[in-house]
Amino acid sequence: LGHGSGGEMTQQLLKEFIQPLFKNTWIDQAHDSATLPWDSDRLVFTTDSFVITPLFFPGGDIGKLAVYGTVNDLAMGGAEAKFLSCSLILEEGLPFNTLKKVLQSMAGAAEETGVKLVTGDTKVVERGKGDGIYINTSGVGSLLSNHPIDPSYIRPGDRILLSGDIGRHGITVMASREGLEFETALTSDCAPLNAAISALLQGGIPLHCLRDLTRGGLATALVELAETSGQAFELDEAQIPVCESVYGACEMLGLDPLYVANEGRFVAFIPAEYADQASAILREERVGASCAIIGKVTGKPSAQVILKNSLGCDRLLQRLPGEQLPRIC
Amino acid sequence: MDNERRRLAIKGLVQGVGFRPYIYRLARDCQLTGWVANHSGGLQLEVEGNSTGIEKLLQRLPLEKPPHSLILSIDSEVIPAEGDSDFEIRESTVTAAQSTLVLPDIAPCNSCQAELQDSRNRRHKYPFINCTHCGPRFSIIDKMPYDRANTAMDQFPQCAKCQAEYTNPEDRRFHAEPNGCPECGPQLQLCDSKGKVLLTGLAALNETFASLASGKVVALKGVGGFQLLVDAGNSQALQTLRKRKQRPHKPFALLYSSLSAARRDCRISELEAKLLTSPARPIVLLEAKPEANARVHELVALGSPDLGVMLPASPLHLLLAEEYAAPLVATSGNLAEEPICIENTEALRRLGKIADRFLLHNRRIVRPLDDSVLRVVEDRPLMLRRARGYAPLPITQAKLSQQALTQSYLALGADLKNSVALSHNGWIYQSQHIGDLSSATAIEHFDRTIADLTGLQQRRPQTLIHDQHPGYSSHRWALQQQAPRLGVQHHVAHLFSCMAEHGHSGAALGVCWDGTGYDSSGIVRGGEFLLWDGKSQVEHVASLRTFPLPGGEKAVREPRRAAAGLLYEISGYMALQHQLLKRCFTRSERRNLVTMLEGEVNSPLCSSAGRLFDAVAALLGLCSQSSYEGQAAMVLEYSARGIQSSDSYPFDLYQRQSKWELDWAPCISALIHDEGKSLPQRAAAFHNTLANMILAVVNEIGERQVFLSGGVFQNRRLTERTATLLRERGFTVHCHSQVPPNDGGIALGQLHYAHCMAAAGQSAGD
Ligand SMILES: [Fe+3]
Ligand SMILES: [Mg+2]
Ligand SMILES: [Zn+2]
Ligand SMILES: [Zn+2]
Repeated sequence: LGHGSGGEMTQQLLKEFIQPLFKNTWIDQAHDSATLPWDSDRLVFTTDSFVITPLFFPGGDIGKLAVYGTVNDLAMGGAEAKFLSCSLILEEGLPFNTLKKVLQSMAGAAEETGVKLVTGDTKVVERGKGDGIYINTSGVGSLLSNHPIDPSYIRPGDRILLSGDIGRHGITVMASREGLEFETALTSDCAPLNAAISALLQGGIPLHCLRDLTRGGLATALVELAETSGQAFELDEAQIPVCESVYGACEMLGLDPLYVANEGRFVAFIPAEYADQASAILREERVGASCAIIGKVTGKPSAQVILKNSLGCDRLLQRLPGEQLPRIC
Repeated sequence: MDNERRRLAIKGLVQGVGFRPYIYRLARDCQLTGWVANHSGGLQLEVEGNSTGIEKLLQRLPLEKPPHSLILSIDSEVIPAEGDSDFEIRESTVTAAQSTLVLPDIAPCNSCQAELQDSRNRRHKYPFINCTHCGPRFSIIDKMPYDRANTAMDQFPQCAKCQAEYTNPEDRRFHAEPNGCPECGPQLQLCDSKGKVLLTGLAALNETFASLASGKVVALKGVGGFQLLVDAGNSQALQTLRKRKQRPHKPFALLYSSLSAARRDCRISELEAKLLTSPARPIVLLEAKPEANARVHELVALGSPDLGVMLPASPLHLLLAEEYAAPLVATSGNLAEEPICIENTEALRRLGKIADRFLLHNRRIVRPLDDSVLRVVEDRPLMLRRARGYAPLPITQAKLSQQALTQSYLALGADLKNSVALSHNGWIYQSQHIGDLSSATAIEHFDRTIADLTGLQQRRPQTLIHDQHPGYSSHRWALQQQAPRLGVQHHVAHLFSCMAEHGHSGAALGVCWDGTGYDSSGIVRGGEFLLWDGKSQVEHVASLRTFPLPGGEKAVREPRRAAAGLLYEISGYMALQHQLLKRCFTRSERRNLVTMLEGEVNSPLCSSAGRLFDAVAALLGLCSQSSYEGQAAMVLEYSARGIQSSDSYPFDLYQRQSKWELDWAPCISALIHDEGKSLPQRAAAFHNTLANMILAVVNEIGERQVFLSGGVFQNRRLTERTATLLRERGFTVHCHSQVPPNDGGIALGQLHYAHCMAAAGQSAGD
């Protein structure tokens, strides 16, 4: 892939490759903007950028992340993703095959999640000024639930439902980037969450709040939610699923799985009386097979997240101050 | 002849120590009339009579004062005579804003001990006996002034007999606020782990002996919180306790009935005996005698030649220890590093899975106070944990400069072994040990302690002082307050902590060696030399050579990782093929370690002396994984016990960009190849090398006043060796004594630093 070949190459890329790949009415318009049909009265809108090394890792790649990421963010607002935009920032010298694989992966992910990629852009930057590919996606969706789903609806007594075991994505990416080898092969948890959310909503679960766990892991997501909602959460460490291989890798690396990144996991805040029903629905979904109720909203006045271990010790979870700094003296 | 009248205001530790009856007797002895009253500012009195009488009183007052009292100042003014007919003790007046000191808890005095054992006395075997010279104080005080209504005794109206003692100025129990008897005072209760009451009173105590003898774990409501007791000779009981408490190795403290009983099992010097029997009744680390085996199972303190010993701190402990005869393990009633439990229901909830029986009583404990821990180093007491018996007394050596008198600061300490400190009216009050601020329980205790300290001193501090570590809870706490803040670097606080203890504010060189301290370099610090110019600058003049810690904080629990990082620093990836590492890592672990070290994956650089100790302990095969903080360093120190040799290993000292760097690499290379020496000899030589390294840097810097601080100086061998070497070369060496060299002393150092900087600012402005 060459820099400078600019407009012409991009046109060619679009015509010969992207349009056939994402085949839909709107992308075929090949216009500066797409004009879209809309029938819902509430539109949910989000954007996200994707930067990752390596571009391909066991269980996923940057293309899948870019589609799932935005679809998932919409799902966390209780919305069904409809249309997506996509901006590619490509580094000069990127093999065309790599780009092709990423775009194919995006197309597959769009197909899988039922979202239409309708508009996009491509820029090429000088060699050394980008890690191969950066992707930005934005998406719009329509609200499925009858009220917005956000932290202000979290209530004392709510149960916290975690969709599956944590830490796979962060550890997988780190292992494949650094060349670490663990006993059992790891794959990223990277997955679309929209089906699981619509199943919960269709099952009549009054979801109070949803949050997908990305960078910073479960702990950071919950600390942020506690702060935004002003509520206190209490977690039972024994209930938080961590698979054997992630646990082992974290032991080796000195990392805490609670702070390791995920790309296909979410937490749901659910009224206590719906907790079992919600777990049952989620367990039927591909992404929710190992879901668990991991804690509750306590109603204590201070916004904090407490993790109880098997001994009964209560650890206060905090945001990490940048990299993990040892405290022990 | 006309009568004179004087009004006196006494400040200091004058409440709860029998000061008013003392004044009462003294005034009557000097044939004076008037009155005395407690006052939230201390004590107030007016005396009237002839001038010789008044002179006599003024002269005798400070000389004959009650044993636990402390007079900070006496203000006196002449006022018009009133002609009262007698001398009386008046009710407290709640006015004024000045501070007064609070007394720590005091072990039973001799008179109370005698009554406890006297079968004719009405308090025979009464576990809550006390008088004005002894008994609970800080642990039961809700607020000042120290009156019964402001303590946990407010629940216990006195019977006629107790009331009579309480109101009789001639009685030993005159205004003994915790006064009570079997009829009107607190009562014992023995419960099962579900809280079901099994027995009460003396029957509860007797059943406790049976429980302990049968190997049960008993939770005891002690002075400053719950303790867990088992028979120290019962391996089964010890195993159970270790398993349930998830505390596999950390040594347990022992409770002995008397000094002579403790002497059967331990060598006890005169100073150690003095500490053991002091009213504070701390745990003192003592060298075990071989014959201790007969009574103390090895599981009490695995692999340790020392035992942590304490004598009864309360009448209840006295009754228990005396009747049980064998030494008892008495360890903190908490989960891991959380604060100890103080409430009955809380204890049943938190300790229900650990203890089989709960020996409770119905007197509230107002705040948790752990047992204090000391050891003797260089023939001086060295505090390792400062809590019950010492808090909240001011650190008496830490006097502040004149300028500092007007500034009130609250220092928030470090996050581990947290303790906070307040400076007020020229004194520094350091709180009891609070613990590790990673738990919500500890943070509540931290909040509460700050409220206590500022409330009891009735003072809102002007400035908050905190450690610079961005992840510390104490730092986050400071950020949430609406007060001016000052961040102090961790090792600067260590240096100033030691300086404060010696009332020093002039130029000083600090050897600050510990496990971890934050500074903005991104390097995990802990082997630092800091030079204070005596005015306003601290310069980082030297440091240990850095090495990576694969796994970051994980390396603290795994000395083998420090060893891997150390060897990697010397010889790169080949180091991982070293026999010593093959012994403690699997092949695939070693492969991943290399990858982590080469890719700098969670492998921060450290210059930490604590981690250097860990690495050497692992390289010598003494400790590759540890279950409690400081384990590896302790094992290494213990291993060298009894070796006199002054053998040492080589090291290098370079100057790099105006800073000195101590290179341990030659020492490590020599040590791992020194197969000819026994393990204890190598451990001793390592200690000697570190002392030589310190001397080399101190020589280069040249500053004569040297202060040793940081957790590494809990190590007696290193401290004594270093001090000796430095003194031989004419340096003045200062060590800690009243506050711990570990992070328990950080708050004091933060305060002292702030005061020194304030003083510098003021003089610069002149
Ligand atoms: Fe420290
Ligand atoms: Mg996002
Ligand atoms: Zn007494
Ligand atoms: Zn009574």
